[in-house]
Amino acid sequence: MKERLEQIKKEALAQIQASDVPEKLNDVRVRFLGKKGELTAVLKGMKEVAPEERPKVGQLVNETRAAIEAVMEETKAKMEKAIRAEKLKAEVIDVTLPSRKNSLGHRHPNTIALEEVERIFVGMGYEVVEGPEIEYDLYNFEKLNIPADHPAKDEQDTFYINKEIVLRTQTSPVQARVMEQGKLPIRMIAPGRVFRSDEVDATHSPSFHQIEGLVIDKNISFADLKGTLEVFAKELFGPETRTKFRPHHFPFTEPSAEVDVSCFKCGGKGCRFCKGSGWIEILGCGMVHPHVLEMCGIDPEEYNGFAFGVGLERIALLKYEIDDMRLLYENDIRFLKQF
Amino acid sequence: MNTSLSWVKAYVPDLDVTAQEYTDAMTLSGTKVEGYTELDEDLDQIIVGQIEKIERHPDADKLVVCQVNIGAETVQIVTGAPNVFEGAKVPVVLSGGRVAGGHDGSRTPGGVKIKKGKLRGISSDGMMCSIEELGSSREMYPEAPENGIYIFQKDVEVGADAIEALGLRDVVFEYEVTSNRVDCFSVLGIAREAAATFGKMFVPPVVTETGNAEDVHDYVKVTVKNTKLCPRYCARVVKNIKIGPSPEWMQRRLASVGIRPINNLVDITNYVMEEYGQPMHAYDLDTIAGREIIVKTAEKEEKFTTLDGQERQMDEDVLMICDGEKAIGIAGIMGGENSMITDEVKTMLFEAACFDGVNIRKSSKRVGLRTDASGKFEKGLDPNNAKAAIDRACQLVEEMGAGEVVGGTVDVYETVKEPVRVPFDAEKVNTMLGTDISEEQMLTYFEKLDLEYDAQAKEVIVPTFRQDLFRLADLAEEVARFYGYDHIPTTLPTGEATTGKLSFKLRIEQVARDIAEFCGFSQGMVYSFESPKVFDKLLLPADSSLRRAVEIMNPLGEDYSIMRTTSLNGMLTSLATNYNRRNKNVRLYELGNVYRPKTLPLTELPEERMQFTLGMYGEGDFFHMKGVVEEFFEKIGMKEKEIYDPKAGRPYLHPGRQANIVYDGKIIGYLGEVHPEVADLYGIGARSYVAVIDMPEILEYATFDRKYSGIARYPAVSRDISMVVPKEILVGQIEEVIAAQGGKYLESYALFDLYEGAQIKEGFKSVAYSTVFRAKDKTLEDVEVAEAMGRILKALENMGIELRK
Repeated sequence: MKERLEQIKKEALAQIQASDVPEKLNDVRVRFLGKKGELTAVLKGMKEVAPEERPKVGQLVNETRAAIEAVMEETKAKMEKAIRAEKLKAEVIDVTLPSRKNSLGHRHPNTIALEEVERIFVGMGYEVVEGPEIEYDLYNFEKLNIPADHPAKDEQDTFYINKEIVLRTQTSPVQARVMEQGKLPIRMIAPGRVFRSDEVDATHSPSFHQIEGLVIDKNISFADLKGTLEVFAKELFGPETRTKFRPHHFPFTEPSAEVDVSCFKCGGKGCRFCKGSGWIEILGCGMVHPHVLEMCGIDPEEYNGFAFGVGLERIALLKYEIDDMRLLYENDIRFLKQF
Repeated sequence: MNTSLSWVKAYVPDLDVTAQEYTDAMTLSGTKVEGYTELDEDLDQIIVGQIEKIERHPDADKLVVCQVNIGAETVQIVTGAPNVFEGAKVPVVLSGGRVAGGHDGSRTPGGVKIKKGKLRGISSDGMMCSIEELGSSREMYPEAPENGIYIFQKDVEVGADAIEALGLRDVVFEYEVTSNRVDCFSVLGIAREAAATFGKMFVPPVVTETGNAEDVHDYVKVTVKNTKLCPRYCARVVKNIKIGPSPEWMQRRLASVGIRPINNLVDITNYVMEEYGQPMHAYDLDTIAGREIIVKTAEKEEKFTTLDGQERQMDEDVLMICDGEKAIGIAGIMGGENSMITDEVKTMLFEAACFDGVNIRKSSKRVGLRTDASGKFEKGLDPNNAKAAIDRACQLVEEMGAGEVVGGTVDVYETVKEPVRVPFDAEKVNTMLGTDISEEQMLTYFEKLDLEYDAQAKEVIVPTFRQDLFRLADLAEEVARFYGYDHIPTTLPTGEATTGKLSFKLRIEQVARDIAEFCGFSQGMVYSFESPKVFDKLLLPADSSLRRAVEIMNPLGEDYSIMRTTSLNGMLTSLATNYNRRNKNVRLYELGNVYRPKTLPLTELPEERMQFTLGMYGEGDFFHMKGVVEEFFEKIGMKEKEIYDPKAGRPYLHPGRQANIVYDGKIIGYLGEVHPEVADLYGIGARSYVAVIDMPEILEYATFDRKYSGIARYPAVSRDISMVVPKEILVGQIEEVIAAQGGKYLESYALFDLYEGAQIKEGFKSVAYSTVFRAKDKTLEDVEVAEAMGRILKALENMGIELRK
């Protein structure tokens, strides 16, 4: 009996080894382990075995079955692994073939620059507001300390709709509009389109954009203005950026300043970009003129503040090294795709 | 405004700075130097030589060989210049030196290097220079010959630096003077700032008493009829005039700021105009009828011939200088031909007046004549400066021997301008600036600027030439300028916290940009003004409300003369630009306002409506465009189903391929294929599609609120509907029926087949929909679905639709 089982085991293992595909392995299983298989036959022949021997024989049969099954499982696993490996090998692709893109559109460089500026000021607690592009002379000039016949009015080459209504020449009228609403303190920026009657060329456009900034609160100082714009310049042009404040004149601020930043191209050494000076002028600013506060119903003895105005195109042209302003309004897709 | 460094130094004698130091420091103290030119930047090794001997060149008729003494030695120079003579002193550039350019006046950046050489076999050790080669011109050096070597008229030492002798060792600065600093449109004003900036003494010219024992009032009478337009009029008389050249120092100073020296009288007026910033005019007193000056406004349509020989038309607002009979000058702008100074002049009337700046500016515009004088006057001059200037001019006349000054001044000055007193508070200034500067320190800044301080009244007394200082903030700027903006600390505002945010409108616009770009559209920008011709290009009928546009009074030209009422022209123009440049598959979007007047002509601000405009040609069709629109609406939380109304009636779109987009009963935009005729007019040779969303309309529906509604847990039941539909019925109508009759379990429906053709009878199309039903809280019973389907099918049949079983 024992010999017989040994014989079955030997034969089964030999056949398992000889199997090269899972189907053959299955045949071996049926032949030896199946219901009509050889091991089952052994069990069926138990009645010829002496009763006291039966448990022993039963155990032997089970051991043999386990041994065959183990080898069979192992072989099966190996076989499947080999088959998968074969399949993977057949599925190799050329990963350097071109991609399939959902071709995305591109934002206008002005918008990219604007969103950058908005991000900086929103982070500092500024609200982004808007004002009308066609504006009353009153807001565009008079409330900003530029009365009728003021020479600054000429400097700004205004487009007129009629005597009272103009295409705004600056975003500063939004200052007056927000101050008039009387909700204090104010921290706002007002981006938008402005107009001046300049002929179109590489550096001029009759329509361009500014970003106005205004802070009104108690105890605001020129030092606060300097600190704020320094943060802005470093955020926008990089942490190495230095700022230079130069005295200037704007009718609606006093004291006033123009601000240069160290050239972000050469770091201030002087290059073609900054015309050798190492500095690039980027904005005008100042403490809100007390008379402007008065005209907008704010008591300059209690509140004061600062304002600044940045040319958006100026920033976009500088940051993205665009050499001709006309490109911004042509909308050639080959230009836009570069942003 | 320009000055030379040497002219500034004339009033700030201790000033010792390089051009760059001057530029930087002046700019930081508020007098912005835009740039500077070193007159000698291209000149090198040029010395005064004296021609000792001239011989003919053996091999060239037009050349001569000169022996030139240059002090240490004598060199041989060959020249073709016709004007040389023995004994002449000339500028000589030695071998290795540089000149600025050619004798034709052309400039070479960096200069031209001169080397020893041979001319027709005779060696030449250097070159004698013409004024042009020295980088200047006969205009500025009237004594220089036409076509020849510059010959020194004055006594100069042989071997000396010729650049210096010609006054070219100098720097000319160009300033950007702001409109509030009228005083800095003069050399004295600039010099005062320079002295304060560098902490040096300011030494203005000392003007002495001038004039003979006669009284000017016996020579001329002045009446000012309009003292508002002419607050002050000073007149002095010079007789026995001797016209001649002005002294060299004056010529050089004038030339350095670009003014051509003419003769002593003209030069004096120009000189004082630059020095004091006060324009003056000289009349030939013998041409003045009745020896009387009357200042009054012109007659309507009065004609007047200015000294340039041009006849010009005046109006009642132009101020004129008249004599007893006629006008002799346009006040502050230009004198008349009838009273101008000629070489025969014997007695002259000097005028230094103050005219209203605004009136001068406006008159100058209307008359169409802008002069150096009007440019100064229109800034609004200090009347107190007029007298100082005219006395200075007379002093120069006497010093230069140009004539005999008659004693006294006719001075019509009704309302004397007094200094302004500004209350001063050092502590407040420090609060404003965020600084800690002592009061003493502040007062020293004021002192440097000739601002007096009344310690008792605590007031700063502002001299009348400073027309920009009225209140404490103005004084704070003076302190800041001289303390140095760069020394003011940097802090950040403290105080109440505020919330940084974008308005809802701006957030929606941000989503519009994101969606458009995700769908492959790139952002364009276009002008807000355009040509009225675009209305015809867009085939708008004559009575279209879009033709009611806001017009610009003073446009850059007709093409930019109206504010756009529709965003289409901008988009189509941009598409056309791309099409012309052979760009393929172009997709653009634009966010910008259109301007709709409430009334015309405008009495209040027009409505500005933000338009989200999409345009494309190339890959994609109407339904791609429709998809972009729907993606956008979905993203901004517009959950209702929009309706597309094909009867949009928009003439610029294909009549069979256009739709208004209707939401909640309102037209919120439109889309369609561009009408082929419009495309032709724009030069777009491809089918193109546009969509325009009127952003103000959607703001009320847009929301960023979202609510989770659970994920379906019970099975769905799906039913298909196959139909044969009369062609004129739109699938939109079928969908309306399905939506209306589907009941509460209808989850979704979708078109899955659409067919027109052979197997379908004429005038019909085959349409198939799949519908999905589901309940949130249970498994649906067949009967519930059947009920809903029954309602749908019945309603469809009522529309004349055949159901295929």
